Amino acid sequence: MSGNMNLTLKVWRQKNKSDKGRFETYPVQDISPDMSFLEMFDVLNEKLINDGKEPVAFDHDCREGICGMCSMFINGRPHGPLQGVTTCQLHMRSFKTGDTIVVEPWRAKAFPVIKDLAVDRSAFDRIIASGGFISVNTGNAQDANATPIGKDDADASFAAAMCIGCGACVAACKNASAMLFVSAKISQFALLPQGQPERNQRVLNMVAQMDAEGFGSCTNTGACEAECPKGISLSNIARMNRDFIGAQLSSQKV
Amino acid sequence: MSANKIDAKIPDGALEQKWTKYRSTVPLVNPANKRNLEVIVVGSGLAGSSAAASLSELGYKVKVFCFQDSPRRAHSIAAQGGINAAKNYQNDGDSVYRLFYDTIKGGDYRARESNVYRLAEVSANIIDQCVAQGVPFAREYGGMLDNRSFGGTQVKRTFYAAGQTGQQLLLGAYSALQRQIGLGAVSMYTRHEMLDVVIIDGKCRGIIARDLISGKIERHTAHAVLLCTGGYGNVFFLSTNAMGSNVTAAWKAHKRGAFFGNPCFTQIHPTCIPVSGDHQSKLTLMSESLRNDGRIWVPKKKEDAAAIREGRLNPNDLKEEDRDYYLERRYPAFGNLVPRDVASRAAKERCDAGFGVNQTGEAVYLDFAHNMKYKYGKKEAAKKGITNPTEAQLTELGKAVVKEQYGNLFDMYHQITGVNPYENPMMIYPAVHYTMGGLWVDYNLMTTVPGLYALGEANFSDHGANRLGASALMQGLADGYFVIPYTIGAYLSNEIRTGNINPDHEAFVAAEKSVSETLQKLMSIKGSKSVDYFHKRLGKIMWDKCGMARNAEGLKQAITDIQQLRSEFWSDVRIPGDLNEFNPELEKAGRVADFIELGELMCRDALNRNESCGGHFREEYQTEEGEALRDDENFSYVSAWEFKPGVDWELHKEELKYENIKIAQRSYK
Ligand SMILES: Cc1cc2nc3c(=O)[nH]c(=O)nc-3n(C[C@H](O)[C@H](O)[C@H](O)COP(=O)(O)OP(=O)(O)OC[C@H]3O[C@@H](n4cnc5c(N)ncnc54)[C@H](O)[C@@H]3O)c2cc1C
Ligand code: SF4
Ligand code: FES
Repeated sequence: MSGNMNLTLKVWRQKNKSDKGRFETYPVQDISPDMSFLEMFDVLNEKLINDGKEPVAFDHDCREGICGMCSMFINGRPHGPLQGVTTCQLHMRSFKTGDTIVVEPWRAKAFPVIKDLAVDRSAFDRIIASGGFISVNTGNAQDANATPIGKDDADASFAAAMCIGCGACVAACKNASAMLFVSAKISQFALLPQGQPERNQRVLNMVAQMDAEGFGSCTNTGACEAECPKGISLSNIARMNRDFIGAQLSSQKV
Repeated sequence: MSANKIDAKIPDGALEQKWTKYRSTVPLVNPANKRNLEVIVVGSGLAGSSAAASLSELGYKVKVFCFQDSPRRAHSIAAQGGINAAKNYQNDGDSVYRLFYDTIKGGDYRARESNVYRLAEVSANIIDQCVAQGVPFAREYGGMLDNRSFGGTQVKRTFYAAGQTGQQLLLGAYSALQRQIGLGAVSMYTRHEMLDVVIIDGKCRGIIARDLISGKIERHTAHAVLLCTGGYGNVFFLSTNAMGSNVTAAWKAHKRGAFFGNPCFTQIHPTCIPVSGDHQSKLTLMSESLRNDGRIWVPKKKEDAAAIREGRLNPNDLKEEDRDYYLERRYPAFGNLVPRDVASRAAKERCDAGFGVNQTGEAVYLDFAHNMKYKYGKKEAAKKGITNPTEAQLTELGKAVVKEQYGNLFDMYHQITGVNPYENPMMIYPAVHYTMGGLWVDYNLMTTVPGLYALGEANFSDHGANRLGASALMQGLADGYFVIPYTIGAYLSNEIRTGNINPDHEAFVAAEKSVSETLQKLMSIKGSKSVDYFHKRLGKIMWDKCGMARNAEGLKQAITDIQQLRSEFWSDVRIPGDLNEFNPELEKAGRVADFIELGELMCRDALNRNESCGGHFREEYQTEEGEALRDDENFSYVSAWEFKPGVDWELHKEELKYENIKIAQRSYK
C-alpha cells in the first residue's frame, strides 16, 4: 500500500536475567501508519517465527494505555517520542519510512530484565504493600455520601490516582528514582479525608520501602514528569516531601 | 438429558428475604479454624482482588495467582464508563427492585431471579466500600457523588471516575489486596498461569500452575479454589478485551467436571472503533457513557452515504434533515440509550442496508456536536451570564465540559484514528466485548465441582442473555466483597477437620504429568504456522457464523470448520523457544488450543437455542420489526454443558422460574 513504511529496528535482545544482552538489527517492511507500535512488533515477531528465529519478548496486555504493562524505551525515551501516551498507544504515523528505531527495555537497578524488553517491576507492588492503601476491612464503610468531598480535592486526588504504574518515570530518570510513582499514591490519599488517619505512617513506610528497593534519589530534573504518559505532576513530589518531613518530625516527638 | 445433576441451591422464602435470611443462617467458620483453611484465588481483577482481600481479612490463608506482572494489571483496569448501584442519590425513583428489574429485563429474561436480586441488594455497599478505600469517584460541587446514565435504564445510577472507573475500582481492590500481602496474610504469585485444577475424591483440592518466567510446573493445595479469571471474548481474536484475556482456567475446570453455562451468550458492544486493517490486534471500546451525549446516526440517503465513504462529502456539512438518528427513530422511549444488543443490531442493519460511513461500509456516527453546543454550551453560557452567545462560543464552552467528562476517551480515539473527535463525529461499529456465559454456578457461586467456585465475568450468572452497561464491575465486586465471604462458609465449615492437603497425592502427580505432557506436545509439533495464524482463523469463523447474527446452517458449518482447524492446529502450529523459559508464544498456544474447543461448544449452544434472546440472535427467530423473538415455552432455561471425553458434551437444563417479574416481550420503544 502507498504510504506504508520500511524501517530498521535495533532491538535489545537478552535471553534472561544473567545474559549480558546485545542489540540485534531487523528490517521491517510495509508497515502501515495506522498500526500501533506493538502491532509493528507483532509483524516483526510473526516474521521471526516464520524464519525459525525467536520472537522478541515484550510485556503488553490492554493495548489501550491503561494497564501499564507495555514498557519500551524507544529512541532514548520511555514510551517513545509522543507525550501523554504509552507504547501501545504510539502509532506508526509518528515515524517515517527509512527511520532507524532503537528499542530497549526500562533500565534501572530496581527493574531487572527478565528477557529482551520485559522487566521485573515487582518493586512497585512491594512499595504499595508497605503503605499504599487505606486500612478499611470489607464491610466497615459508612454511607458513601456521609463525608462530602469538595470537587476540587476529588479531582486532584483522581489526577494523582491516574498513575498506571508503568515505571516510565524511573526509566526516564538518570538516578532511576521512583519518586513520581510513590508521590502519586501518597497524594491520592493525602488529598482525601479518608486518607488522613494513616497519612504520616504511610509516607514513612512507603519512602522506606522505596529506598530499600534500590531506587535512586530525586535531584529535581523533572524528566519523570516530562515522560509520564498520564501527566502525573511534579507537585506530587513536593507534597510527598512536605509530608515526609512533617511525619518525621511528629514521629520523633513520640 | 438429565435435569437433576444441577441444583441452584436457591434459598427458600420471599425474594426480598432470601439473602438476608441465608446470610444470617449460613454456617460460620471460627477464626482459629480459618487460619488452617487455605483458599486459592486465581485472578486478581475486581472479582479476584476483592475476594482475596476480604477472605484474608476474615482470617483464611489465601494464595492469589495472575498471569500479568502485577495484580493491578488485570483486565478490569480497562473498564471505562462506570459502576451501577441502587443508591437513589438522584432521587429519580431508583430502588433495589428497579435495578433488579432492569437487569432481568435487560438480560432478556434469561437470568436467575434470586442472584440478580442479591446483586441489586449489595450494590449500594460496594460504593460505600470503595469510597472508604479512597476511590476518587466523580463528585458534584457540593461534594456529593455524581451519577451518569447508562443503557437500558431510565434512572441515573452509574457512579464513575471519568473514563477510568475500572482502573480506580481495581486500584482500590488491589490496594486492599496489597495490604494483606504486606501483612503476610496473602501469598501472591504473579506471572503464573493456572493450567489445571486438581480433584481428590470429588472435591477441588488445588491447582497446577506454570511459573511463566522459569517455566516450572508447580502444585498448590487448597481447601477451596476460586476462579476469577475473567471472560473469553478473545475467542473471536478481535475484541475489546486485553490481549491476555483467555478461557484457559475456566476451560480446564470444565474439562474436570465444571459445567459451562450459556456459552453462546456473547455481548457485542455497539460503540467501538471500527477495524482499520489486517494488522489489527485488538479493538478499542468507546464507553457506553458516550451515548449519554453522543447521538448515533447515518445519512438518510444512500447517495450521501456513498459520497461520505468516498470522501466527497464532509459529514459535518450534511443537513439535519438528511440524517437518520435511527435509534431515536426506532426506540423513542430509550433513544440512544437502548441496551447494547439492540443498538448493535440496529447499527449492523443500517450498514448491511448500505448506509455505512467509512471505507469498509462498517461504521456509523456517534456525534457530540449537538449536545456540546446546545446542552453543555448553553448551560455554561447561562452559568457565566453570557447572553446571546455565538455558535462558536457555545461550542467552545461545551467542549470544556465534554473534555472533563470524556477527555481520555476522546484522546484515545484521536490517537488511534488520527481524527479529532472534538471537530468531527466519531465513527464506531459493534465489536465483541463481554461474555455473559461462563462456568455454571449455584447461589453460593460454586460450580458443579465441590470446592471450586467461579466469580466475576468467569461465571455465567446475573446477566442473562445481555449485560447492561456498568453492571460487570458491580457484579465482580459484589461477588468478591459481599457474596463469597459468606457463601464459602457453607462449604468450608465442613472442611475444618480435613487438615493439610497432600501435594504428593496421586491426583496432583497425575494432573502435573498431564499438564507437562500437553506442553511438551505443543512444543514438539514444530509445524509451519504461528499461533496467531490459527487464532485469526478461529476468530473469523466465530465472527462470521457465531457473532451478531447466527443461523442453523452457518453454525453447523462453523462446527465442521472448527473441528478441522483443531486438527490443523495440533499438527501444524509452530512454537519457538523452550519450555523452561519465559515464552509468550507457548502461553498463547495453550490459550488458543482451549479457545478452539470452546468455540465449538459456543456454536453447539447457539445451535441448540432455537430462539433469539439478548445478544443471541438467530436469524430464523425474529419479529416482523427485526427484534429478537424469544421462545419462553421451550427455552426458558440456562444451558449447562457437561464435558465428555473426546471433546463432546451433554446438555443439562436449569429451568428459570420468574416469580416476581412478569415476563414480557422486551420493549424499548
Ligand atoms: C474495554 C472494556 C471496558 C469495560 N467497561 C466497563 C464498564 O464501564 N462498566 C462495567 O461494569 N464493565 C465494564 N467492562 C467489563 C468489565 O471490565 C469486566 O467484565 C470485569 O472487569 C471482569 O472482571 P473479572 O475480575 O471477572 O476479571 P478480569 O479483570 O478479566 O481478571 C482476570 C484475572 O484472571 C487472571 N487469569 C486469567 N486466566 C488465568 C490463568 N489461567 N492463570 C492465572 N491467572 C489467570 C488474570 O491475570 C487476571 O488477574 C469493560 C470491559 C472492557 C473490555
Ligand atoms: S508516575 Fe507516570 S510514569 Fe510513573 S509509573 Fe505512574 S504513570 Fe508511569
Ligand atoms: S499494553 Fe496496557 S498500557 Fe500499554
